[in-house]
Amino acid sequence: MHKFTRPAAVLAAFALTLGLSACGENKVTAYEPGKYSGAPVAAPWDSPQYAGKQAEWEAALQARAQSQNDYTRMK
Amino acid sequence: MARMKFICDANRCIECNGCVTACKNANDVPWGVNRRRVVTLNDGVPGERSVSVACMHCSDAPCMAVCPVDCFVRSEDGVVLHDKDQCIGCGYCLYACPFGAPQFPQAGAFGARGKMDKCTFCQGGPGKASEAEQYSKYGQNRIAEGKLPLCAEMCSTKALLAGDGEVIANIFRERVTVRGKGSEVIGWATAYGPPKGGAAPAATEGKK
Repeated sequence: MHKFTRPAAVLAAFALTLGLSACGENKVTAYEPGKYSGAPVAAPWDSPQYAGKQAEWEAALQARAQSQNDYTRMK
Repeated sequence: MARMKFICDANRCIECNGCVTACKNANDVPWGVNRRRVVTLNDGVPGERSVSVACMHCSDAPCMAVCPVDCFVRSEDGVVLHDKDQCIGCGYCLYACPFGAPQFPQAGAFGARGKMDKCTFCQGGPGKASEAEQYSKYGQNRIAEGKLPLCAEMCSTKALLAGDGEVIANIFRERVTVRGKGSEVIGWATAYGPPKGGAAPAATEGKK
């Protein structure tokens, strides 16, 4: 019966560990979002009413949103 | 930059379906399609809660991730829109959406169900078609007029809040702070007395 020498056994174990090391790895799939295929969306302030004035539009919407706060309306 | 969101205050919603009606009316939503609906939990049980649900315009929208034709887009103010000219009616977005927001005008699979329809936050849709064509496809564009979605503006108890996420979160926070919490808020104990086996109602105390 063939008898393994100690260095040979260590070398074999190392080779086996190295060889199987990749088996437990999870495959990593990077998700890449697709590119939008539709027509462009105009910014809401690019409307006839606001004509690109973003600050004016934002102020109008803030004021409008505050009308939902009945505690402010009661004061 | 505003990031548009909805919040529904379950303590205020009275299940009147005014938001559903307002949405249908404002956008001429076809029969069988409900961009918004009211969901009631523990219906008929004391302490039931109703929530008005539509597209929540997710910051990381699953419908956008699964769409095979990439017809979804997020507008500059954070509203998730979709191009109906690109939609193939596959229904993947319906399966991906945790709120059941995508709606289809017909029953059937693989295109037979028609183009997907969902809440646009009353912001119309992509493209530069004529106003009439935009309206027939997506409904009103109230946001461009400096207005909020009609469902929220029509809400009689102001349970449904719409607008910039930070602004409506502040409104909701103030409301919760002012009204406190507990049975005195809910009102069931006032109206119907305590649960069976509990203490006697306050109104009957002292009577012999």
